[in-house]
Formats: sequence, structure tokens, C-alpha cells
Amino acid sequence: MVEFWVNVFLVSLLVIITFNIMRNKRLIAIVALSGAYSLTAAAIFVNMDAVDVAFTEAAVGSGISTILFLAALRYLPVEEAHETRYPIWSLALCVIVGVLLIIAAFALPEFGDPNAPAHVHVAPRYIAESYPLFHIPNVVTNVLASYRGFDTLGETVVVFTAGIGVILLLSGSTLSMRLKDADTKSEENSDNASGDIVKNSGDDT
Amino acid sequence: MTSINLILINWNYIVVILLMMAGLYIIISNQNFIKKLVGLSIFQSSVFIFYISLGKVSGGTAPILTGNDETLYSNPLPHVLILTAIVVGVATNALGLALVVRIQEAFHSIEENKLLALKKFSEQEDRQL
Repeated sequence: MVEFWVNVFLVSLLVIITFNIMRNKRLIAIVALSGAYSLTAAAIFVNMDAVDVAFTEAAVGSGISTILFLAALRYLPVEEAHETRYPIWSLALCVIVGVLLIIAAFALPEFGDPNAPAHVHVAPRYIAESYPLFHIPNVVTNVLASYRGFDTLGETVVVFTAGIGVILLLSGSTLSMRLKDADTKSEENSDNASGDIVKNSGDDT
Repeated sequence: MTSINLILINWNYIVVILLMMAGLYIIISNQNFIKKLVGLSIFQSSVFIFYISLGKVSGGTAPILTGNDETLYSNPLPHVLILTAIVVGVATNALGLALVVRIQEAFHSIEENKLLALKKFSEQEDRQL
């Protein structure tokens, strides 16, 4: 029961964070709030027994993602310049889609129901058979690395491709210009000379 | 009373949909590309929470085998899928941010309506030439 109320509280916290993101105009505050959002999501994952997902979300979602945003903000204006566009139309669209989805959500199996179709078909087999086959007690790691090794290889390829894309985009014809800018900037205030963005994103991907 | 119970039991699903729509609203109605990217990641995280909610079994524990046959485990398969999705999500975010930095460099703005106005302006100039 405690688990359930903690869950309700944390999930409601996400709504508050999201509405603050919607209202805020300063980009650095928005990025900080999205880091807080990821961390709260990680807490929710722990509460819902997804410990592997939780530490990935905490490290990758709220750590690396926030760092990437901050590294990019170094080259961008600090504030959003314009008012929102078509607020009424987009709000109407979102409300209509949201209401339809909520109506559909009531047809889902009850939250936490052990007899939901998703829990009785494939999952028990993985839980029962994975340990005798591979001798790894963590079922999630087991499925990820043993049963779906090629899937994980594909994921790595996606990340690698994104890394190449970032490097190609940022090392184009204007790289020398950007480096010169960074040099003059760091000469102006030498204590603020943190590495250039190409190096950062290359390492992170 | 029963309707409040119904809402509380489905609270996760309802909030996930609210967050999804909030993310969609940010993507559609805001002009700033960084804010659009943050909206995209909110949308994404809400889908993650939805999947993990579907995998939860009440009274269950994390799917790490204890050796005791009577332990009830949550469904490990949604966890596997979302683990992959989180990493891919960050990769797409990085690519989007690289694009935004390049746009800022080339046009000195990351506001969508300003860029559209610039495009219109340059098209008119082309026509006059």
C-alpha cells in the first residue's frame, strides 16, 4: 500500500515539473527542470521494480542528456524569444487526443494485476528458463545480453551512427570559425575555458 | 467513491497521458528549438513510464532471481525494451542538439518563426533577381 501511495505522489510530482517547464522561458531553467524530471522518473522506476531501467535513466537520461543540453546552451541564446504560436488550436488538439486516450486507458488491465495478459504468456518462461540456461540471476540483463544480443548490437549501431552524425555536423566548414570564437572567448575570461563542444559530444556518444 | 477508486487505480495511465499531451503541446506551440527538444524528451519519458507501469505486478519484486520459488517477479520484458529505448533516446537528443547548434551558427537564431521569416525573405529576394 505504501508503494502505491509513493507512486501516486511521485507521478504527480512529474506533472508539476512538466507544467513548470511549459511556463518557463529561460532555457537553462528548462534544462535543469528536465534533468529533475528524469531523476523523478528514475525514482518511479525503482518503485515499480525496474531497477535496471532506473539506473540507466538516472545516469543516461538525467546525467548525460542534461550535460549535452548544457554544452549546447553554451552556443545558444539564454532565453526563448517569442510567444507560443497557435496556443488555442494546439491546446484543443492535445485535449481531444488526451481525452480519447484516457477513455481508452480505462480498458487496460488494472494497474499491477498479476493476471494481465502481458504477465501470463512469455514472461514466465524467461523467468523460469533463463537461469538454468545462462546462470545469470538478473533476468533483465540475461534477456538483453543472451537472448537479444543482436538487438543490443543494433542499439549500439544506432548510438554509433548518432555519434558519427554529431561529429560530422559539428566539424563542418565552420569548425575553424567556431574554434576561433572559443579561443577569443577563453582569452577574454580565461577561467571559463571548458573544452569545446566537438570534444564533449564525441566523448559522450 | 468507486469512481475515485477507479481514477486512483488508473492514476499512472492518466498521468502518463497528461504528460504525453503536455510534451506534444510544447512541441507544437513553442518556437524555440531547445524547448521543442525538451518537449520531445518529456513525451519519450512518459512512454517509458507507461511501459514500466504495464510491467508492474503488485506484490512483485525486481526481476532478479532470489532462488525462492514462491517469489513473485515483475515482468522483465518491458524493462529490456525501455533500457534500449533510453539509450537510443539520448543518441537522438544529441543529434538534435548538434543540428540546433549548427542552425544557430548559420542563421543566428533558433526560433522557428524567425527562421521561416528569413526563408520567406530570401525567396522574395531570389524572385526580384
